[in-house]
Amino acid sequence: MSNAESVLKPMVVSPAQEAAKPLFDQVHEWITTVDHKRLGILYIVYALVFLVIGGIEATIMRIQLAIPHNHFVSPQVFNQMFTMHGTTMIFFVAMPVLFGFANYMVPLMIGARDMAFPRLNAFSFWMSALGGIILYFSFIGGSGLYGAGSAPDVGWFAYAPLTAQAFSPGHSTDYWIIGLLVSGVGSIGTTLNIATTVLCMRCPGMTLGRMPLFAWLNLVMAGMVLIVVSPLTAAQIMLLIDRYLGGHFFDTQAGGSAVIWMHFFWIFGHPEVYVLIIPAFAFISEIVPVFSRKPIFGYSIMVAATLTIGFLSLGVWAHHMFTIGMTSYGNAFFVASTMAISVPTGIKIFNWLGTMWGGKIIFKTPMLFCIAFLFQFLIAGLTGIMLAAAPFNWQLSGSYFVIAHFHYVIVGGILFALFAAFYYWFPKMSGKMCDETLGKWHFWLFLIGFHLTFDFMHIPGVLGMPRRIYTYEPGRGWEVWNMIVSIGVVFQIVGVLLFVFNLVWSCYKGKAAGKDPWDAWTLEWATSSPPPVYNFARIPEVRSRRPLWDLKHPEDPDWKYE
Amino acid sequence: MPLAHELRGRVGMWCLIAAESAIFTIFVVAYLYYAGKSLNGPTPREVLHVPIFNSICLFSSSFTIVMAERAIARGKTRLFGIWWLFTIALGTIFILGTAREWYHLIYDEGLTISSSLFGTTFYSLVGLHAFHVIVGLTGLSIIMIFTALGLVKQEHAPRIEVFAMYWHFVDAVWVVVLTVVYFVAR
Repeated sequence: MSNAESVLKPMVVSPAQEAAKPLFDQVHEWITTVDHKRLGILYIVYALVFLVIGGIEATIMRIQLAIPHNHFVSPQVFNQMFTMHGTTMIFFVAMPVLFGFANYMVPLMIGARDMAFPRLNAFSFWMSALGGIILYFSFIGGSGLYGAGSAPDVGWFAYAPLTAQAFSPGHSTDYWIIGLLVSGVGSIGTTLNIATTVLCMRCPGMTLGRMPLFAWLNLVMAGMVLIVVSPLTAAQIMLLIDRYLGGHFFDTQAGGSAVIWMHFFWIFGHPEVYVLIIPAFAFISEIVPVFSRKPIFGYSIMVAATLTIGFLSLGVWAHHMFTIGMTSYGNAFFVASTMAISVPTGIKIFNWLGTMWGGKIIFKTPMLFCIAFLFQFLIAGLTGIMLAAAPFNWQLSGSYFVIAHFHYVIVGGILFALFAAFYYWFPKMSGKMCDETLGKWHFWLFLIGFHLTFDFMHIPGVLGMPRRIYTYEPGRGWEVWNMIVSIGVVFQIVGVLLFVFNLVWSCYKGKAAGKDPWDAWTLEWATSSPPPVYNFARIPEVRSRRPLWDLKHPEDPDWKYE
Repeated sequence: MPLAHELRGRVGMWCLIAAESAIFTIFVVAYLYYAGKSLNGPTPREVLHVPIFNSICLFSSSFTIVMAERAIARGKTRLFGIWWLFTIALGTIFILGTAREWYHLIYDEGLTISSSLFGTTFYSLVGLHAFHVIVGLTGLSIIMIFTALGLVKQEHAPRIEVFAMYWHFVDAVWVVVLTVVYFVAR
């Protein structure tokens, strides 16, 4: 560390006002960019486009299921819709949008000028983008170009032997495999980059113990992606060998095993949930302290809990497979490991509550989404513990109860945290404030819609409604609940439309944000909004976890207490 | 204190190695799980012979690449080129040996990727490794061309080291594949 006076001296540089360039030049610049901020925005915009597409697919399913014996879509189309909805939302919405925020924020938060490998960063984004395009090309070319379009219809986890050439002829399944394979390469590239950036590019004084939790959690996420996406890649290579070279990996008639596909898929699939939720934790861990006007409670415990979650999540995958008939030892192990993971997760929830406790809570839109996150993620965790008990799982596996549970995690948890992140960092990315009134409308409409849809989705599950059915008979007691679930979608759509309108409108008409609109403490708020290409004219130097607090309060800096 | 910026190449390569290890782990697990479960022959015991000469060549290439790294770190570009060429030669011998083995298995023994479960798992695992050797050889050859053009200098030593890490990894994987395929699961 250098001399005692130099706390943090970021130089304020307003972004160079670029003269209006021809459209072609602007597009060319965006396509050839290696700047982590532009790539972050590309990731986010790309994910938002797919969010709308995946949302339309969900809406089609909910229209079909709103009343019994509905004929809105055919069974074939319904199968394609749930396959494409799941695949899109996980691989082409959740992952890219979280990578986008990590790309944009990690270098700023650790006081770096860019990621460790800027060109690899661009390569990774374009690979992910190509993956999504390949997947959606199946609508045109799934049966060969002159055949009728056919999207993949094997479900997002594509169980064997349904994926065998005999049961899934044509190319739609191949588009699913290759699309995910290619985007997997992008995921490996970008997480390799994030991990290296966090480890090697931090500014002077920023020890691991002073890193913002955002950087810590994304480091854990990156480490997890490196070891959990690869098994999916491996399994998909095997599936391609089966489909094209006549291999027998998942061919039960030649001694292969369909169950081994389930194992390989869920070795990826369950840690994947934590790959998505840990960056959501990262958003909450940055936003809650700022809007509670208190530093995060239990910083080191938060890091330890994240590492524990990351580690434990690698050993819980077979709780997706209780109904296939494992040994009782196998069942017991996966029940125990799954329940164990709720301990570090619970620690996190208490730490966020501890951060809010006694704080001066400011109920701005980002904070509202965070509070809803805490409440909903808790319920999602509780139904998770219910499903982790093998006997309960035997009863409800493959029912709408499971659908309700994981949508509570992904929508109630991850998506709410994402909305919080959008409202919180939009001023930094665009230089403009989001409209607060529209934001609150978005929050309340989406909250109502979410609870109408996903609270009531548990009930038909308990009443025995299986997932992935394209219609059902009247008189089983499912009609009312399905209608309520579908009505909730309307509120969610209106909420999301308001959100998109708010983003676009605020980009042009929002009031200027300044560099630090929330009076926050991490380094990204030390530079102008939006930040210049080089981020910091002078690389900052930090002495505590809240460098901007030290700067604003020289009489009582944090580093005195560390 | 943070790791030095200069280390980022190594850290990045370690990350890639972690991801690659996970892919190989899944293929090795599949190989072991399916060992002895083929419904028809030929069995591994009947047709597989331990590729001793091949393996010695590949393992020696780790030694020659270390010598090349040392040479370039001291700025001896000529010596570097010679060791580098040795590495390429040893890697090529390995790949040609694998090709010979496969030719024998396919045309003399009738073992193909679709003939039995053993064929599927054998060609996939050994083929995945061979694919990595080919990628490594491609990289080695590109650097060899640059060396021949006189473009590789002492200041490139850290980058050479990062690439060499990948080659060492490919060698290390062969230790596992060799053990599993030719000894454990016969």
